[in-house]
Amino acid sequence: MKEWSSFVGFVVKEFYHIFRDRRTAAILFGMPVIQLLLFGYAIRNEIQEVKIGIADLSRDAVSQAITDKLLSSGTFVLIKNLQSPAEIEGAFRSGAMSEAIVFEPASGKEIQREGSMDIQVITDGSDPNVSRIVTGYTASVVRDYLSEAATTIGAPKGVVPVPLMMFNPGLKSVYLFVPGLMALILMLVSALMTSISITREKESGTMEVLLVSSLRPIQIIVGKVVPYFLLSFINVVSILVIASLVFGVPCRGSVVLLMAESLLFIITALSLGMFISTITGSQQVAMMISLGGLLLPTILLSGFIFPVASMPLPLQVISNVIPAKWYLIIVRAIMLKGASFAVLWQETLVLAVMTVVLIGASLRNFSERLQ
Amino acid sequence: MKSAVLVEGVTKKFKTVTALSNVSLKISEGELFGIIGADGAGKTTLFRILCTLMLADEGRAEVLGLDSLKDYRGIRSRIGYMPGRFSLYTDLSVEENLKFFATVFNTTVEENYELIADIYTQLEPFKKRMAGQLSGGMKQKLALCCALIHRPDLLLLDEPTTGVDAVSRREFWQMLGRLKEQEITILVSTPYMDEASLCDRVAFLQDGTILAVDTPAGITGLFTAPLFAVRANDKHKLLTHLRSYPHAGSVYAFGSTVHYADSRSSISTEEIEAYLLDSELQDIKIEKIEPGIEDTFMALMKTDKENLHE
Amino acid sequence: MSEPVIHTEELTRTFGEFRAVDGISFSVGAGEVFGFLGANGAGKTTAMKMLTGLLLPTSGKATVAGFDVFSETESIKRNIGYMSQRFSLYDDLTARENIRFFGGIYGLSSSIIKEKSEALLSSLDLIAVADSRISDLPLGWKQKLAFSVALLHEPKIVFLDEPTGGVDPLTRRRFWDMIYEAADKGVTVFVTTHYMDEAEYCDRVSIMVNGRIAALDTPMAMKSSFGVTTMDELFIRLVRPTAGDGI
Repeated sequence: MKEWSSFVGFVVKEFYHIFRDRRTAAILFGMPVIQLLLFGYAIRNEIQEVKIGIADLSRDAVSQAITDKLLSSGTFVLIKNLQSPAEIEGAFRSGAMSEAIVFEPASGKEIQREGSMDIQVITDGSDPNVSRIVTGYTASVVRDYLSEAATTIGAPKGVVPVPLMMFNPGLKSVYLFVPGLMALILMLVSALMTSISITREKESGTMEVLLVSSLRPIQIIVGKVVPYFLLSFINVVSILVIASLVFGVPCRGSVVLLMAESLLFIITALSLGMFISTITGSQQVAMMISLGGLLLPTILLSGFIFPVASMPLPLQVISNVIPAKWYLIIVRAIMLKGASFAVLWQETLVLAVMTVVLIGASLRNFSERLQ
Repeated sequence: MKSAVLVEGVTKKFKTVTALSNVSLKISEGELFGIIGADGAGKTTLFRILCTLMLADEGRAEVLGLDSLKDYRGIRSRIGYMPGRFSLYTDLSVEENLKFFATVFNTTVEENYELIADIYTQLEPFKKRMAGQLSGGMKQKLALCCALIHRPDLLLLDEPTTGVDAVSRREFWQMLGRLKEQEITILVSTPYMDEASLCDRVAFLQDGTILAVDTPAGITGLFTAPLFAVRANDKHKLLTHLRSYPHAGSVYAFGSTVHYADSRSSISTEEIEAYLLDSELQDIKIEKIEPGIEDTFMALMKTDKENLHE
Repeated sequence: MSEPVIHTEELTRTFGEFRAVDGISFSVGAGEVFGFLGANGAGKTTAMKMLTGLLLPTSGKATVAGFDVFSETESIKRNIGYMSQRFSLYDDLTARENIRFFGGIYGLSSSIIKEKSEALLSSLDLIAVADSRISDLPLGWKQKLAFSVALLHEPKIVFLDEPTGGVDPLTRRRFWDMIYEAADKGVTVFVTTHYMDEAEYCDRVSIMVNGRIAALDTPMAMKSSFGVTTMDELFIRLVRPTAGDGI
């Protein structure tokens, strides 16, 4: 009974630390909201009002129809009617436009005769991201035209693929960012804050007194972890609520499963934080390790922003040890695809094994004495 | 009398530095024992070994009759430890700190209140204040309360008076005197020589070695040369003058006087006065005095260093 | 006394309602060793910060080395030296690098720094260890070096904030020898300490109590006017009535 009350006393003290430091508390609770709004509104992959130039050397009904279709989509704005392809380079260099479309002479006749035509799409490759998206849009508009026109001008030869983006037909980037953001914030709150709060006690010398007290090391560790566990959970819930209410991100799978997997990931992150604190002696080093060793890989290698599949092989291998990668797969699958545990048990197992290993390592490292 | 602390041949090295070398100590129950030494002498390492936070490389330690290696849990629950930096939570109030340390030691503030009542009443008016905003003296009192809250049998205080003003230091020692009456064994370290005379026994620690262990009176008995307190109108000149006296042993400034030890076994004040009168010094006063703790410590330090260099 | 090097009149600093320094007036002459004593929280640190140009006073007047503490803090900083027990040298730099660094921030040219650092290292007998890190040097050597570095740019005044805390009695006395040497060369030394015997080494001392100067005189005169035999007694006499409720 007494053991229990000393543990509760410890947890209460941790909450005092968190709430007394207003700035940290504000970051802990404000960050998820601000980040979500940032990613949701400001940082988007969708492209609007792409400035284009058109060199219509064909000047017939087909090139006119495609041009109309492009401009009426709302994505493209015609900046310049180019007289010849020679003008393209200059226009790109001045930054006046980001795409040029060239209709070769007599392309309208060609399509009626041979069922195919050449349209040259030139983009400003200095911004590869924009280039890729713009090219894709253009191609899909042209395909649309062709399939509509198939009846009037005769079916074009070959098969025209009609893509459909399942689970996220609008290709909204919020859908992509919400799971990544959850992973990022849980890493930050759980791993970073836990490692800092333990090393702070080492720095201030209070850890010496705690070790000499009747508290067992396991009580000290768990006592440190409990508050951040609760905070992380609150953050998960608030991200999901905002994502659903403000951005309309659906949760197609089981909310209970999503929560359970999130709890597992929180525990993984907490044990990572614990592990970091057992191998460092100062807050500064703990912070550096957490930021450099956890946050950057979480952002860059987990598949949050760059797809894992397109990474070079060594990085793909490294990405496997990043907990966020597995959590991202799980969250995307549950939220967007409505996947069930039966499909996700492998990823879940990976996270669970990571957690057990980390907890074991920190317990082994956590010394009851000073080094 | 049973010994509360027994240290036998303890050595501790950190990479290239030897923090403690072959240290042996025996502290009886109920004693107020002082470890006197400067920064870097090895005081903190000795304390950490005694409160089982560190392991000695060689030798053994027994605390309250328990082996520091095997029975470290037993020791931890029965000692009160105040580390060198007044380990308090600066973002918790006075009251919250005390309450917290009571709960982690499985007790309540009320249970042992009478033990700390004497000290805590001075803190009571500020009990809502954050510990980080207390003055050095107040922080030190609070840290002492926190170390005492579970009524330990042995109190280990590592430099509790460093950086604290003279008044707070004196009050602190008065508190220690009253705690001693409660039959708590107290081991305290300090860099201040004047505090040594307030202990039952002291050990001088210098560069990881114990120079002497004795009662304050026994310690000063180690100083055998005749010692004089000399005054004159210009202290700086007096110092240089005395140092160039062929028979000079040690010459050190001590407050408003200069302590002069002669290398001969018997000498009169007149002889020294006669030497000093040759200089331009005025208002010369010479008085034979008994050596103090600080005189003895410096003499011991010096002989120890000389031995090392030979 | 010649033109005072430090002069204050009713110098005051408040933090909200709290008067940390409450109208202190005093003067310190050239080459004087001035002891600045007081209990923890009496306002010593605040006063020292104002005199070194780190904190703007709320009211009153003060000049340091002839410069005004309100308007000429930059000139003050260039004309004073500062050393404290807590911060003085960089542990992870060598002795030579420390000298070069501090010479640089005091605005000395690199040729002068070079010249001075060799002279300094040889006069302190530190040539052999000039290129080992400060953290590897014994405390006594560090202190000597720190003090010399504070005097590198030949300031008129050097402020020493508890320079001897935690130091053994031999090293402490050697340090005071250095202080006297500097004072003999005309440097004004403004020093705080918790060792009451060190107060007696000063030419004059002031004792601050609750933001005010409660006593200021030579140690001898102060003791006789209060009818006590040691500075310790005197200090406790002055601070005792309020010791219980110090901040």
